[in-house]
Amino acid sequence: MDKLDPKKPIDVEEILRDLDKYRPRRRGWTWRNKLPEGTKVDRYEYYQISEPLKNSIPLPAAHYFNNIDPQPDVVITSEIASGRFEDDIRRMRMAAWHGADHIMVIRTLGQSHFDGLIEGTPEGVGGIPITRKQLRATRKALDLIEDEVGRPINFHSYVSGVAGPEIAVLFAEEGVNGAHQDPQYNVLYRGVNPVRSFVDAAVAKRIMAWAGMLQIDGAHNANASAKLAWTVMPELLVQHGINCLYSVKVGMPKGNIALSTVPPVIAPLPEMRIDMPYAIALRELFDGYRFRAQMNTRYIESDLFDATRAHVINAVLSRLTSADLQSTITPDEGRNVPWHVNSIRGVETAKHTLLAMDGIKNYVKIDQQAVSERVRELKMRAILMLEEIVDMGGYFEALEAGMFVDNGYYPEKFGDGIARKKDGEIAAGSVVPRDVDYMAPVCEHFGYNNIPEGIEKPCDLIGGCTLHNPDKIQFMDELDETDNVNLRLEKVNDMRRRNVIKPEVEWFADGWVQLDMTFSLPEEYAEAAALAVCEKLGLQDATVIAKTVLHPSEGTYVELKAKVPFEIKVDELQLPKKTETLPEDELFEFVEKHPIKVVAATVGEDEHSVGLREILDIKHGGIEKYGIKYVYLGTSIPPEKLIDAAIETGADAILASMIITHNDVHVKNMKRLNELAIEKGIRDKVLIIAGGTQINNDMAVENGVDAGFGRGTKGADVASFIVKKLREKYEKK
Amino acid sequence: MKPRVDDFAQRSKHLQGMSDEELNNYFWQLVEKVVDPLVDLAQTHTSPSIERSVLLRMGFNSLEAKQLVDMIFERGLLGKGAGHIVWRIAKEKGIDYIKAGRNLIQGQYWEDVDRIFKGIKGVNK
Repeated sequence: MDKLDPKKPIDVEEILRDLDKYRPRRRGWTWRNKLPEGTKVDRYEYYQISEPLKNSIPLPAAHYFNNIDPQPDVVITSEIASGRFEDDIRRMRMAAWHGADHIMVIRTLGQSHFDGLIEGTPEGVGGIPITRKQLRATRKALDLIEDEVGRPINFHSYVSGVAGPEIAVLFAEEGVNGAHQDPQYNVLYRGVNPVRSFVDAAVAKRIMAWAGMLQIDGAHNANASAKLAWTVMPELLVQHGINCLYSVKVGMPKGNIALSTVPPVIAPLPEMRIDMPYAIALRELFDGYRFRAQMNTRYIESDLFDATRAHVINAVLSRLTSADLQSTITPDEGRNVPWHVNSIRGVETAKHTLLAMDGIKNYVKIDQQAVSERVRELKMRAILMLEEIVDMGGYFEALEAGMFVDNGYYPEKFGDGIARKKDGEIAAGSVVPRDVDYMAPVCEHFGYNNIPEGIEKPCDLIGGCTLHNPDKIQFMDELDETDNVNLRLEKVNDMRRRNVIKPEVEWFADGWVQLDMTFSLPEEYAEAAALAVCEKLGLQDATVIAKTVLHPSEGTYVELKAKVPFEIKVDELQLPKKTETLPEDELFEFVEKHPIKVVAATVGEDEHSVGLREILDIKHGGIEKYGIKYVYLGTSIPPEKLIDAAIETGADAILASMIITHNDVHVKNMKRLNELAIEKGIRDKVLIIAGGTQINNDMAVENGVDAGFGRGTKGADVASFIVKKLREKYEKK
Repeated sequence: MKPRVDDFAQRSKHLQGMSDEELNNYFWQLVEKVVDPLVDLAQTHTSPSIERSVLLRMGFNSLEAKQLVDMIFERGLLGKGAGHIVWRIAKEKGIDYIKAGRNLIQGQYWEDVDRIFKGIKGVNK
């Protein structure tokens, strides 16, 4: 397989074939190719966009603007964590089509404490077990996906835990393009021995540097851990500083080091006024480094809309300051392992906001003077913290004393910091001094290395290391016969063979559906009622995933997930018949010979005219294009007036737009049009066509009109219908 | 650390007169003071994961790397470098180093390892 077909799902078995022989085609990170300021897409000018994609899905409103899909200049991240690599790659393809070019694969629970590498393709929890086979299969799939969308995709995971150096080698060998690496993260949040964490990190970082990987740090986790997130701002500057300079000192170029920064607070606080000085302080202090703007996950609860609002504001701040990467957290992170659709929503939120704010700094400038006092204060607080760390004897001493992740606004201290012992925690005592004759016959090895004299590069001693001679890499396949991709694929293949399907949220046909409902009940009763509805529907494992109190007694909105216990036979599905449009030449020719006139209006109390205008106007590809003449009567026109106008103008057809469907008013209007046309004796002379977002042909015909057109209809569809009908009439004559 | 009230106004007096550039430079000077000893530590130390990463780069698989490093660590010889030990044994025996590593896992050559490496003392400074 050398090419993906957009009409076909990715073939996992094909990806797995000859995997032992696959080699990644490049190393290192790729930024987007920025286009010059003022570049036009269609007729619109942009200042912060990059090269377009070959295949993509634009933002929902793009169809109003010729379906343009400009790509922001900033790399967009999608985090993926299904726990099965074969489903992860499907999600990656979806995300890439929506504009993600940085795919961050979350690791399975507990991998950071795994002393060594995992092999094969076991299923993960909350993420994937990172293994050579999983990485290689994923990179191979991403090669195909990036060719399909026409933009390089950066593959990313984590170099942390007690196997950092090994993971770094694995990533360098397998073409992983970016990784989180921050020894402080291990120490503070994973309880790894501090000495081990820093010593390992130096070796890991040097290998990452060789592979040109982009490094993202872990400082933002302090924000997520502290009770009052804003109080850790001074410490965040310190943590970023320690990891950045440590990385530079072991050989990583500044331009490949990204700070993971999160706007610390959220509304109801005056978010922008607190977050902006912090963002500016960071960008001033860390000039030359990269900025990965992470959306703040700390405050994400189970409400998708709340998460989305927060993310929009976060991305606005990115545009008002700067960002090299815009991360996207799925809005459902607070309630489940992210679902397909929510990964896509996250990417869309970032793309939407970045495009919406395109070039905004040409109009809006930050008042540096006004913000300066707060910026300086943050820097000074960070400096004071560093002074105290030095006074205490250094990093390890300060760490033992509980300097970090204290809830006080430094120099304020609550005395509740995370204290870790230099000689304690996981893997304590595992670090040993390198003896005078210490030697490692491999390249890109950080630290003392007593290589024999006269050797140009260390791996000359062994005829090349895997970094220079990838043929030396041993590919390991499955180690667990009961937990691997082959077993999981059997189920998928069986369903595909029988051509049956189930709904899904993260794994192929996993059966999960989401339901939402509102009850006129208080919260607890509403929850119980919602579960009762699922039970009556025959759904399984129903769980409430979110609730919104609309009013303590008037109503509660409940969202649930539940499993569908049956399969759907794809062969037996009834698809609505698609009306075929006539070739354009035929339309032009017919209308030239037999001029057509129509009257059009939105009917009843309906002011929604955009859809109808698109069907009519020449500039939207409407029926006018083919020479059809129309009389547009306007909005909220009673059926009587439409019929009268049809009689007056001798129209061949009536186009009645009906967007409002409240109380079935659309059905009544269709019936009314039909009845009136009969009453006035013109029914056989005029076609009545209804259109609107909730209209379909069957329903329209059932209610007495000749045709109904729904969402997505083009002028050509309507013109074709009219021409076909009139042609029949002429042929009869 | 003991709880402490926010004494920023007092504590920051020596910083208030600094320009923005001076503040930025001073920040990085202090970071360097914190980081330099950590870099030195990494320069002169190794760990099981680091040594496994060396063996991986030599072409051993993850299972082999783990077994070898565990055996070397137990003998107190990790400070010599796991790759060093394997390479040296292969040279001495005149065999391919992957073969040497696999034989070591099988329990061969450890008396040679002790003879060659246990004599040399002295920690690199």
